[in-house]
Amino acid sequence: MSVEKIIFYVFAAILIASASLVVTTRNSVRATLFLVLCFVCSAILWMLLEAEFLAISLVLVYVGAVMVLFLFVVMMLDVDYAALKSGFVRFLPLALVVAGLVFAAIYSIVSSVHFGLEAYATPAAHPAEYSNIKELGMLIYTDYFYPFELAAVLLLVAIVAAISLTFRGSRERKVQKPEWQVAVNRADRVQLVKMAAVKKEQAAPASDAASE
Amino acid sequence: MENIYLAVVLAPLIGSILAGLFGKQIGRAGAHTVTIAGVAIAAALSVYVFYQHAFNAAPVYNATVYEWALVGDLSMNVGFLVDNLTAMMMVVVTSVSLMVHVYTIGYMHEDPGYQRFFSYISLFTFSMLMLVMANNFLQLFFGWEAVGLVSYLLIGFWFKRPTAIYANMKAFLVNRVGDFGFLLGIAGVLMYFGSLDYYTVFGKAPAFAAGNPTMELFAGHPWAVMTVICICLFIGAMGKSAQVPLHVWLPDSMEGPTPISALIHAATMVTAGVFMVARMSPLFELSETALSFVLVIGATTALFMGFLGLIQNDIKRVVAYSTLSQLGYMVVALGVSAYAAGVFHLMTHAFFKALLFLGAGSVIIGMHHEQDIRAMGNLKKYMPITWITSLLGSLALIGTPGFAGFYSKDAIIEAVHASTIAGSGYAYFCVLVGVFITALYSFRMYFLVFHTKERFGESHHHSATHHDDAHHGSHTHGHAHHEAQKPHESPWVVWLPLVALAIPSVCVAWFFTEPMLIGDFFKGVIYVADNHNTLEHLREEWHHVGGAAGFALHAVQTLPFWLALGGVVAAYVLFVMMPAVPKKIAEVFSPIYKLMHNKYGFDDFNQAVFANGSVAVGKKLWHWGDMTVIDGMMVNGTARTVGRVAAQVRKLQSGYLYHYAFAMIIGLLVFFTWLYFAR
Amino acid sequence: MIALSDYLVVSAILFAIAVAGLVLNRKNVIILLMCVELMLLAVNTNFIAFSRYLGDTAGQIFVFFILTVAAAEAAIGLAILVVLFRNRNTINVEELDHLKG
Repeated sequence: MSVEKIIFYVFAAILIASASLVVTTRNSVRATLFLVLCFVCSAILWMLLEAEFLAISLVLVYVGAVMVLFLFVVMMLDVDYAALKSGFVRFLPLALVVAGLVFAAIYSIVSSVHFGLEAYATPAAHPAEYSNIKELGMLIYTDYFYPFELAAVLLLVAIVAAISLTFRGSRERKVQKPEWQVAVNRADRVQLVKMAAVKKEQAAPASDAASE
Repeated sequence: MENIYLAVVLAPLIGSILAGLFGKQIGRAGAHTVTIAGVAIAAALSVYVFYQHAFNAAPVYNATVYEWALVGDLSMNVGFLVDNLTAMMMVVVTSVSLMVHVYTIGYMHEDPGYQRFFSYISLFTFSMLMLVMANNFLQLFFGWEAVGLVSYLLIGFWFKRPTAIYANMKAFLVNRVGDFGFLLGIAGVLMYFGSLDYYTVFGKAPAFAAGNPTMELFAGHPWAVMTVICICLFIGAMGKSAQVPLHVWLPDSMEGPTPISALIHAATMVTAGVFMVARMSPLFELSETALSFVLVIGATTALFMGFLGLIQNDIKRVVAYSTLSQLGYMVVALGVSAYAAGVFHLMTHAFFKALLFLGAGSVIIGMHHEQDIRAMGNLKKYMPITWITSLLGSLALIGTPGFAGFYSKDAIIEAVHASTIAGSGYAYFCVLVGVFITALYSFRMYFLVFHTKERFGESHHHSATHHDDAHHGSHTHGHAHHEAQKPHESPWVVWLPLVALAIPSVCVAWFFTEPMLIGDFFKGVIYVADNHNTLEHLREEWHHVGGAAGFALHAVQTLPFWLALGGVVAAYVLFVMMPAVPKKIAEVFSPIYKLMHNKYGFDDFNQAVFANGSVAVGKKLWHWGDMTVIDGMMVNGTARTVGRVAAQVRKLQSGYLYHYAFAMIIGLLVFFTWLYFAR
Repeated sequence: MIALSDYLVVSAILFAIAVAGLVLNRKNVIILLMCVELMLLAVNTNFIAFSRYLGDTAGQIFVFFILTVAAAEAAIGLAILVVLFRNRNTINVEELDHLKG
């Protein structure tokens, strides 16, 4: 058994185990952390497939950014996660049946009968000076340039959307505004009210009532 | 000549439009001036046209003046066909109309709808002229409907009176039945002859009928096409000319003002059916079955409507039933192919019946809107001119030898006697008895109105009749009913037309019998098959006795004269000498009296079967069709079904995202599985 | 040697676990979002595996874009979540039934 195979099986096992824990654990923070583990294991598997750039960016972008965002949100929101887990046992059989069916369906296609070594031999490893990044860059900046720009715009839109969704308006700070103070005039501050010098008699009972 | 024909038609129309649309501006005098001027022009030109055609042998004018529409091969035209028959009708229509126009000045004198009335009667004159001058079926139908419309408007002239509204609705509906048949007849003509033009159709008809074509309205029952067409056309005539059983509207039409009764419901419009059948003689001659049908209907109307005249007490209704009976005579003449006699009777009848109606109107004015003849009596003392003219009219009506009605009626009776077609025996019996009945009811009315003792002011007259002109003019002469009220002679505008109509009533036949019945006045206009030539006998006799005077003298030897005389004598005996006897008779024969009092139950039958029947059907349709099916099942049912389905479907729309997500997963799963196994 | 099917089966298991997670955690939106991330991870793994075994780098480009979209999705999804929690004070999906007819 080659080293690669050992690495594959170990990390595949960790991947599946942690994925199972993601969906079954009661604690959302823990679930997020297990998801991080999933991504890391996946990244190693991708390394085995010689997709170095994607493996690195998965760790950087997903683990470094997206998962941190998840953690933020989970921790920020004061949610009763225990209540959200209720009904877990009740749905377990159904979940297992559905998952089993989905797996059976996919497995019937992707099993070694169709995609075994006989059909697809393992390709030879790239030479040491081969650059996966250069290869991808060649494609992205030539054939896929247009989609690449679209992706850039999409990310921009996502930023704007996320901000506009959560933005609650600028906070009002209690600072002086000198230009307002300068621009003020008399009519804004003083109001003259014309009143009779002597109150009429009918006002008297009211004042009596007030004094009592 | 074309311009003259156009002027004849358009002059009354212009008068009508001026009086109708600008009545307020031109005022009462203006309204009657323009309309009378219009009709006078038409009358004068009609007389000129008649003169040209009758004596100067002007050629028959048949031309299209305006093409109204063109549909495929069918051209719809406005055109005139002017021959002797048309010319005669034009004279009758315009002259009677002119008399009525003049008469109306006096009769309507204080009515608030004065201008409207003049507009209507001028419009009527226009419509009637369009009808008689038509050279195609479409224009005939236009005139036919237009006169029907004006008749409707005028019967309901006093539209605030419920009985008038009821009567005009009735006239309208009954005429719809007839018009439906008429329209089917025209459609049949168009279908089988492919044209609406008279001459085209008449030219094609004999060859067409020779093939003895049949049609099957109901499978397995072939009917002769000509018979169906002619009977359908005649059904139209039955509606318009008030033949049994479509006669019910005519007595009720007396709700209209009296000048209208004279013009429309006695002299002109109701004779349109007779005119139409005479005009269609080339078609009717081709179907003996249709002629028999015409004959039997006419004979029935002539006799049985006459009976009803005996028991009426409203002066206008007596005259109305008399009109029905006389129309029956005309139709009988058509049935035995004596079209000339029918049209001749139409003409004489137009004069003396208009005279009688106007006389009745004059009596009504003189009696201050009293119409019950039981409340009259001895009016000859107060209204001499009306008395004399009415007497002349009555004598003409019963066929006194020498008077106009005599020649025409005798010609009809002779023709029926000579006829051999099915039903002629029955018809002969009917017309003979009818002579007696005519004399009886005419002189019953005459004696009760102008002779016997004065009964006005007696209390019973309020009970029986409605007061025809009660609201009109709020008592024209400015004083109300009361006991001391004496009748008086009418103003000159009223009696002048009476005199003017009395003259032709007496003597028109002296000049026209010979050419119209004996000679060939209608040659080329009216077609009579050789074996139907029922007037032949009359011609021989005419020449044998030597002209009009001899014919009149000869009449003393014939049965109709003695029957008429018997009628007059019986009327004198029963209603002048022994007034108690009729009451006795009525009591003894009370079932018959009751039957006649109910007008043979036609009205009750129509009311019960057609009116209530359609109301019941309508209610049923309303309840079942509208409320249950449309409202219940269609409208609310749709809503309810949608609601029910939605109530089930909304359970799918739980609103929980995870349900939707779950559905997506299951769907994906099923889709994968299907893709995999379907490969 | 590691066969292509090995990678595919791993990702299939990952995907099935994610589906099971969707069914199990039907109340917690955050976990639901995580399950979606897991699914995307499985799909991405498939892409890269195929890209490697078929020798076509285009598969990696796809993964690249999927990562981009997924990052955007996560950002917006979480923003919505925050707003939702602010307004309704819950992220329990069972209480979010305003769509119910």
